[in-house]
Amino acid sequence: MYNIAITGLNAGDTPAPGVPVIRCLTEHPDWAESVCGMAYDALESGALDRNLVSSVYLLPYPKSGREALLERLTYIHEVEHLDVIIPNLDAELPNFIYLRDRLADMGIKTFLPSEEQFNRRSKVNLNKLAEDIGINTPKTRLITDPTHIDVRMDELPVMVKGLYYEAKIAYTLDEVRHHVYTIAAMWGYPVLIQQFIEGEEYNAAAVGDGKGNLLAVAGMKKLVFTDKGKGWACISIINEGLNQLTEQIVSALSWPGALEVEAIKSKKDGKFYLIELNPRFAAWIYLAKAAGINLPYLYLQLALGRQVTEKLEYRSGVVFTNYTTNLITDLDRISTLFTEGEINYALTI
Amino acid sequence: MDFDNSTLKELAISESGLIFDPASGTIYTSNSVGLLILDALKNGKELIEIRNMIVRQYDVDEQTSERDMYDFFSQLNSSGVIKHV
Repeated sequence: MYNIAITGLNAGDTPAPGVPVIRCLTEHPDWAESVCGMAYDALESGALDRNLVSSVYLLPYPKSGREALLERLTYIHEVEHLDVIIPNLDAELPNFIYLRDRLADMGIKTFLPSEEQFNRRSKVNLNKLAEDIGINTPKTRLITDPTHIDVRMDELPVMVKGLYYEAKIAYTLDEVRHHVYTIAAMWGYPVLIQQFIEGEEYNAAAVGDGKGNLLAVAGMKKLVFTDKGKGWACISIINEGLNQLTEQIVSALSWPGALEVEAIKSKKDGKFYLIELNPRFAAWIYLAKAAGINLPYLYLQLALGRQVTEKLEYRSGVVFTNYTTNLITDLDRISTLFTEGEINYALTI
Repeated sequence: MDFDNSTLKELAISESGLIFDPASGTIYTSNSVGLLILDALKNGKELIEIRNMIVRQYDVDEQTSERDMYDFFSQLNSSGVIKHV
């Protein structure tokens, strides 16, 4: 039995991908492994669900640095004998990427891009990537100094984005300034100003083999949006244009592992404009599994060096919707996580 | 009137009137007359045949039938389901 460590366990109003990744894995008919949860906060909701994870360990926040993470992972590995780690959060990925060879030396497998691949798909470098590989993307520039927000009236509306998280539309110069300040206060600089493309958003979840081949892709369109513009209800789609765009990107980057492509189909010219490349599983990845294609299980097979046996086709027209429910837990469990930084559910009542 | 109906051929149409475009994820609804027209277009029927089907099934005159049919074509065109060529 393998022990698979998974991060990104928050399942709140903007859910992280960890819980759906775990559900994809554990609902696979061949699943015989165990899941070790890794969280940054004792109140990450998925970390409190003993039916989801066998144990949970708190990690130092990404800002604590790579050595702090390595030290913590070394300890967790001594207890848990981890076989694979699947990191699911944008902000933690640079540290995991940096440590991937050292983790491999410890016997822990990952299936992550190199630092160069990771940086090429960054929002900051999206224009350059698009130019290099001949795809469309909205014009983007960086704000690094709050006293130099050089947006003109004739550019409005624009999207204001954080480097890792947050995206807000601004219709006025006042709104631009307000969004820059609030996003910078949460996520720091640079803040990105991106040309607004009017059209419909399409998303694709993909897995690449790291040699330039797109192994699998699933498309999605949002049906219901949260107030943050996240998909609350989504439907699976099969769109050739979106699939071709994804293949072009995976091929150009020789991308290994999970990737989410976010694109807008312009109302004006009917072309796809790449707006973001997320270097991890999408939070809606359970929809792809429900439609017939289990990307996390495929990823796990690749990480373990197994032959890929997953079916790579899926159905369009499958709908998923988030719904909130309540998880009941004891204060003792939260206390254990807070004070000891870990909990083993097999040893708790 | 000629159409490019390649999108139309991909549509999933349920008997209840729900129409799903698997490429764009767009969902439409239609009444029974619209369903009759879509089904006929998918099966390559000529416009005059479609008009006559409506006249027979809904007991309306040819003029009313044609007007409703072209209204519906206009909606299909603006939603990208068919394109005038």
